[in-house]
Parts: sequence; structure tokens; C-alpha cells
Amino acid sequence: MKLDASIGLRRGALRIDAHLLAGAGETVALVGPNGAGKTSCLHALAGLVRLEHGNVRLGMRLFDDGSAANFIPPEERRLGVVFQDHRLFPAMSVLDNVAYGPRSRGIDKRIARATAQEWLERVGITKRDEKPVALSGGEAARVALARALAYEPDMLLLDEPLAAVDASARVTLESVLRSHLANFEGPRLLVAHDIGDAIALADRLIVLEAGCVIQSGTADELARRPLSNYVADLAGVNRFVGHCQGSIVTIGNAELTVVSPIDGDVVVTLHPRAVSLFPERPTGSPRNVFELRVLHIESLHDRHRVQLTGSLPLVAEVTTASVEALRLHEGRTIFAAIKATELVVSPH
Amino acid sequence: MTGHPHPPPRASLIAVIVACGLIGLPLLGLALRAPWPTILDQISRPEVLSALWLSIECSLAATALSFAIGLPLAVWMASETSRWNNVVRALVLLPMVLPPVVGGLALLLAFGRNGVFGQYLDAWFGIALPFSTAGVIVAETWVALPFFVLTAESGLRASDTRAADAAATLGAKPWRILTTITLPMIAPSLQAASILAWARALGEFGATITFAGNLESTTRTMPLAVYTALETSPEAAITLSFVLIAIAAAVLFVLRKRWFPTGRTAR
Repeated sequence: MKLDASIGLRRGALRIDAHLLAGAGETVALVGPNGAGKTSCLHALAGLVRLEHGNVRLGMRLFDDGSAANFIPPEERRLGVVFQDHRLFPAMSVLDNVAYGPRSRGIDKRIARATAQEWLERVGITKRDEKPVALSGGEAARVALARALAYEPDMLLLDEPLAAVDASARVTLESVLRSHLANFEGPRLLVAHDIGDAIALADRLIVLEAGCVIQSGTADELARRPLSNYVADLAGVNRFVGHCQGSIVTIGNAELTVVSPIDGDVVVTLHPRAVSLFPERPTGSPRNVFELRVLHIESLHDRHRVQLTGSLPLVAEVTTASVEALRLHEGRTIFAAIKATELVVSPH
Repeated sequence: MTGHPHPPPRASLIAVIVACGLIGLPLLGLALRAPWPTILDQISRPEVLSALWLSIECSLAATALSFAIGLPLAVWMASETSRWNNVVRALVLLPMVLPPVVGGLALLLAFGRNGVFGQYLDAWFGIALPFSTAGVIVAETWVALPFFVLTAESGLRASDTRAADAAATLGAKPWRILTTITLPMIAPSLQAASILAWARALGEFGATITFAGNLESTTRTMPLAVYTALETSPEAAITLSFVLIAIAAAVLFVLRKRWFPTGRTAR
């Protein structure tokens, strides 16, 4: 069963025109800046928002083609939706929340509760008789996931599943999500504002900007060839627009030596991990050396992202050990070296 | 509800004093003239108890009817977008703005024994509403229903539809969403709607006396008893009034969260 949707609708000033594909057993992340229309796309797939044009198909079934006659309401689509704000039913116990989907399908109360109990155990929730208000953000997210899965949906839709969760709960939630996504047979589509969340969970990314799909591919493909500055920032990739002549690319006041030159205007991309930092000007092979100032140091899970400013604004990713060895701090001047072989040049 | 950050103009104090005097002084007058030493004897008189009992019976029945008719009506009005919505709304609101005595007269002409529809009720089913307890209940429902519908409808309109959306994605049909998600969520509104309707029914006078008459232990509810007692024993009228004031105070207490903004009083 495959999702094939071309979503055409307007939300205020935003015009969404996006083609989304997700195969069975594939996790696709819809990423993009705030207000790009990610959640609206998800709601259109769920049937909470109607299409103006385009169509939504899951397997052989047509859900919506913009006409009233072919619109299938959400209750008949059989989808598992995990909302960003979880939307647990406040008046019901956690167990009854999870049993709600099976009960809606007409399953006997006792059996539905037994099913719900199993799903709660699978996501590691023991507070079955309490009201949702007693749950932490991470627990609420896991209950919302269990509630969606207990409905035995044909497709999973998750809106920012990791967003409303604090750092300590994130690790548990991420592993719970990853294992349940892997075990789910239908298409899995998740909306993510944070590229880290998307890469952590998805096989493939679709980048949405201002209602349009800018690029899609694996995280590696996006990082290697980001088609917009947003994607480059998103993937943490350095992206420069310059002019190439011979083997030299001129970018503002800086010059980069490349090994695969293309004459004319080019886009040069560089992974932050390919930037090496030195306390003194390095001697020897690297030709692309820049004296830069540390603007900002951001700590990621196991490494640091160093934002540099100067003749060539660069982002470098280094290990925690090198941050200490280099005594990196904001305002420090250091030397950044780039191997010519790491620079990817493409025509602009 | 957040407090107003600006201090009110001083002149508004005059309005506060006038309003408090207008409403408070009559209550004070009533209290000063009340036959306090014999008030318990007055209340336990059989005609007082029968009026009280009849009032409670009829007002609760009218509330139940308002709930049964008003809730589906409010659900329809909150979601229906056709122009019929406005037609129905105007009709439902009418009893709220119409003098109750006019309503009573209209009820009499429609459902009276010789009324346009009442003659068939009598001939086919043997039902005679005027001058019966059932007539009191009909008259009270007539005036109370709009209060229920408006309060319940505004609760429905203000209710968060996000949980209902989630329920729909979990396969719940509209009826299941209404009963399992929406109604539990608007329970406080329904409680307020019921109490408002009940208080309105309890105080009903004009429509009741016109449609159902003033027959002791059949149609003479508390307000009618106050009116009747005024001519024979004013002390009894005052006592009956105090019972009604006590009930009104209880209504205010139950609905305190709705009508008294929190946070401001604590300062």
C-alpha cells in the first residue's frame, strides 16, 4: 500500500501545492520552516482539511480529489494520527484513550481494553488508569502513539512527534518511535521542524518551503547537494554561491581551490565535518586555509557545531575533545582548512 | 479572563452606589419587615409547602424538558450554517424577549381547551393543558428553553474541536464524537444552562397564571402564591419571598465560577 498525494489547498495567504509519495514500510519526513504548510498537508491526508485540487490516494483507495462526492471523511480513512499536541481525551483514562479506536470499530469493550493494555505495555506506559493530565510530555506522546497504533491503521501520520518533549524523555521516545515505525507495515509520514528529528526517524526527507516541495531524498543526498540555503542550513551544510574560473572559485573576498572545476557561476557545498580547525596556520598540503573568528559554538549530541565568521563564513563540526584541545571559545581566532577534494561544485 | 489594567474613572462609583441601592435596598426592606420570630411556622404552613413542592416539581420537569429538547437543538444550531439557522434562532429566542403574559395568552389560544390545536388534544387524546399541572410545566418550558439553548450553544461553539478531530481520525462517527468527546467537555456549560433554565422556570409567573391559572396545589407555584398572599397576609408573602431569595442565592453560589471572575477578588 502506497501513499500518493498531490495536495492543493490554500491556508490564508499560503498556497500549498505539494506532491507527496511514501511507499509501504517507508518512513518519510516532511521537513521545512515554520509556516511552510507541513501540518496542513498532514491534516489534508487525515481528512481534517479538504483539498481544493489534487488528490490523495492510499493504495487503491481515493480519499479526496477536491470534489464533495469523492471526499472520504477522516473516520472512514483508517489512519493513525499522532498530533503535535497529542490530543488525548482529558475525561478518559489512559487505557480508555488507547481503547477508543478499537471501540469506534465496534470491538467489544473488554477486548478493546485488553488490546489497549497490550499497546500500553509495548510503549512502556504503566499509568493505565490515570487521566492524561497525570502524564509527562514524553509519556503523553507514547500514549498518543499507542492510541494511533491500537486502531490498526493503514498509514501512520505523526506531527512533530519529538517536539513537545524535554531532552531527558527524548531518548526513550525516540527509540520507542523508531522501533514502532520499523514494525509498522504501511507508509509512515512524519512532520518535523528539526532536521535532527527527521534524520533520526526517517528513511527519506521531503523539504517543503512556502507550500512547495523544494527537494526530496535521503539525508545524505540533501547534505551533499542542497538545492536551497534553507536545505543547506537544515542539513548543516555549508553552501556558497560563487564564480569559477580555472580551478579557483571566487566567493566574495575569498578564493577556494577545487579539484572538479566548472566554468561560470557555481554552487559550492561542503560538509561541516570536512572543515579542520588549527590553532596556528597549518603547514603542508591544505591550500584552502582561512583565518576566521569563532562566532558561536553549539553543542549537539556528541559533537559541537562551530560557527565561524570572516572572509568565508563557515560552519565546522568538531568533537568535544577538539573543542577542549583547541580551547575554542566565542571570539577566538583560529585557522580553518578545507581539502579541495571535499568541495562539491555544481553549476548554479 | 484577565483584569483590566487601568483604574476605572471615579464617576463610575456613582453608578456602583445607585445600582447597589436599587437592588439592595428593596431586599433590605423585605428583611426588615420579615416576621422573623414566626418565619419557620409560616414556612411550614400546608399551603406554603404545597406551593413550594409544586414549584420544585414543575421547575425540575421544565428543566428536564428544556434539556431534552434544548440539547439537540443547540447541537444543531451550533453546527448548522444554512439560513434556517437564523429562522430557528429567532423563534427560539422569542420567548426571552416577549412578555411572559403574552406567551401565556398565546399558549392559551393555541393549546387551550377551545384553542386552535388544543381542541384536538382534548378530543383525540383527552389531554387538557390549561388549569393543570402539565400546563404549568408547558408554560415554564416555554420561557426557560431559550436560556438553556443559548447557554448550551455558546458552550458548544466555544468548545475546542481538536479532541473531536482526533476522535474522528480514530474512526468515531459524529454521534460517537458528540456523546464521548463533546458533551463531557461542555458539561460545565450544560450545568449552567440547566441551572439558568431551572431558575427561570422557578420564577415564572406571567405565562403560568395566564395559561394554567391560579389553583391551589394544582397550578399555584411559589411566585403565584406570593402574589395571592399579598392580598390576604403580607407576612406570608414576605416569607415566601425569602424562600425564593434563598434559592436564588444558592444558584449564585453554584454558578460562582461562571459569574465571578477569578484572580481579581484575591488581590
